[in-house]
Amino acid sequence: MIAIVDYGAGNLNSVKKAFDYLGADVVVTDQSQTVMAAHKLVLPGVGHFSSLRALDQAGLREPLLQAAFAGKPFLGICLGMQWLFDGSEECNEVAGAGIFRGECRQFPSSVKSPHVGWNSLTLQKGSRLLRGIAQDSFVYYTHSFHAPVVAATSAASEYGLQFTGAVEQSNIFGVQFHPEKSGDVGLAILKNFCEV
Amino acid sequence: MLTKRIIACLDVDGGRVVKGVRFKNLRDTGDPAECATAHARSGADEIVLLDITATSGNRHTLLDVVRATARSLFVPFTVGGGIRQLDDAAAVFDAGADKIAINSAAVRDPTLIGKIAGCFGSQAVVVSIDARKVKGRSANPGHEVFTAGGRVPTGRDAIQWAREAAACGAGEILLTSMDRDGTQAGFDCELVRKVAEAVPIPVIASGGAGSALDFIQVFGEGCADAALAASIFHFGIESVAQLKHELHNASVPVRWPC
Repeated sequence: MIAIVDYGAGNLNSVKKAFDYLGADVVVTDQSQTVMAAHKLVLPGVGHFSSLRALDQAGLREPLLQAAFAGKPFLGICLGMQWLFDGSEECNEVAGAGIFRGECRQFPSSVKSPHVGWNSLTLQKGSRLLRGIAQDSFVYYTHSFHAPVVAATSAASEYGLQFTGAVEQSNIFGVQFHPEKSGDVGLAILKNFCEV
Repeated sequence: MLTKRIIACLDVDGGRVVKGVRFKNLRDTGDPAECATAHARSGADEIVLLDITATSGNRHTLLDVVRATARSLFVPFTVGGGIRQLDDAAAVFDAGADKIAINSAAVRDPTLIGKIAGCFGSQAVVVSIDARKVKGRSANPGHEVFTAGGRVPTGRDAIQWAREAAACGAGEILLTSMDRDGTQAGFDCELVRKVAEAVPIPVIASGGAGSALDFIQVFGEGCADAALAASIFHFGIESVAQLKHELHNASVPVRWPC
C-alpha cells in the first residue's frame, strides 16, 4: 500500500488520481499509524515551505523519517522534495529532513518567478525512478524556489541556473516537477516508483 | 530549457464545448472530456475549461464535467467561469482542477485572489483579464477591462489591473483580447507585450489565434509565456500536433515531440 501524506498543503487529488490510473493500491492519509503501516510513502505539496510545519504539528515528521531510514521507498514531490533537503530560505524556521544537503533558494532575478511550464530534464546518472526516461524529456514544473544540484541529483533542469529536477539515494526519491501533470513521461515515472 | 506552452481552451456551455466569435454566435463542437483528451494526446501542454455562461443553476453540471474531464487528463487543467468565492474554488479543485481562473469576482474583490492563493497556492490561481482597445484619438488610448463575459465595461486599465492582480498573489495572467477573440486574425501582440513586461508572473496570450505564424509572433514580439487557442483547434483547422511541429521547425522552444 502506498500512502500519500496529507498535511493540508494543497490539492492531492491529482496525485491520487494518477496512482489510481496506474492501478496502484493507494490511500491519502494524515494519520501516523497509516504512515507507519504503508509500504511506500509519497509526500506531495505545493505552496510555501512554511506549510511543512504542519508535518511537525501533526506528529508526522518522525514516522516519515523512520520509514525513510527503514528503507521504505519514499517519493517527495515539489515541496515534498524540498523537504528532503536541509531547508529553504523561503522559511528558515522550518527544518527540512536533511537527507540531501543544501538549502532551497529563489531563482535569480534574471528570470520570471514562479518557474511555470514544461522544461527538459538532463539526466545525470543512473536512476531507478527515471528508468526508461529519455534524455531531454519534458516535465511540468510550477515553483518559486529550487534545490541545488547535489551528488544525488539524478536529473537537472535549467532556468536561470541549473537546479535539481530529480534526486535519488537508495530508497529515497524526490522530484521538483509534477509527475502527475507531466503526461506519459510523468506516468512512467510514477509507474517506476510503484515497481521499485 | 523552459518551453512556450500551447494551451487548448474549451469554452463550455451547459456541459458542451462551444465557441463563438467575439464572444457571440456559439456553435456546438463536442464533449469536453473527449475534446480535452484529444488535445492532450495531440500535444496540448495544458487544458483550460471555461464555463462561459456560468450561473448558479448549472454549477452541478459544471462540476460533473470537470470531474469527467479530469479523470483521464494528466496535464495541467484549469477551470474558470462563475467562481465567486473561496468555496466555489474549493469545489472546482475538489472535482479535479489544478488551477482556477477568476475574472469578474477578482475585479469586484481583489482580496479573493489572495484568499484562494492562501489555501491552494499562487500556482493554482490564474487571473483572467478580458480587455478591449479603447476607441479614442489619443496616441496611446490603452485597453479597458471588461467583466461578465465581456458584457460589462469597468473603466479599468488592463495593464494596471494585471499588475495589481500579480501583487495580490495571482500565479499567472490569462489575457484575452476581446477585439481578436474568435477572429483568427492574430494575437494582439502589443497588448500582450505591455502586460508581460509589467508583471513578474507568466502571461498567457489569448484571442485571435489563426495560424502558426500568429503563435511565432506572440511568443517573439509579444513576449508571451504561453498562448491559448480554441477555434483554431476545434474545427480541425490546425491540430496542436501540427502547430507544434511548425513552431519547432521555426525554432520556437516547444515540448516537441512530447
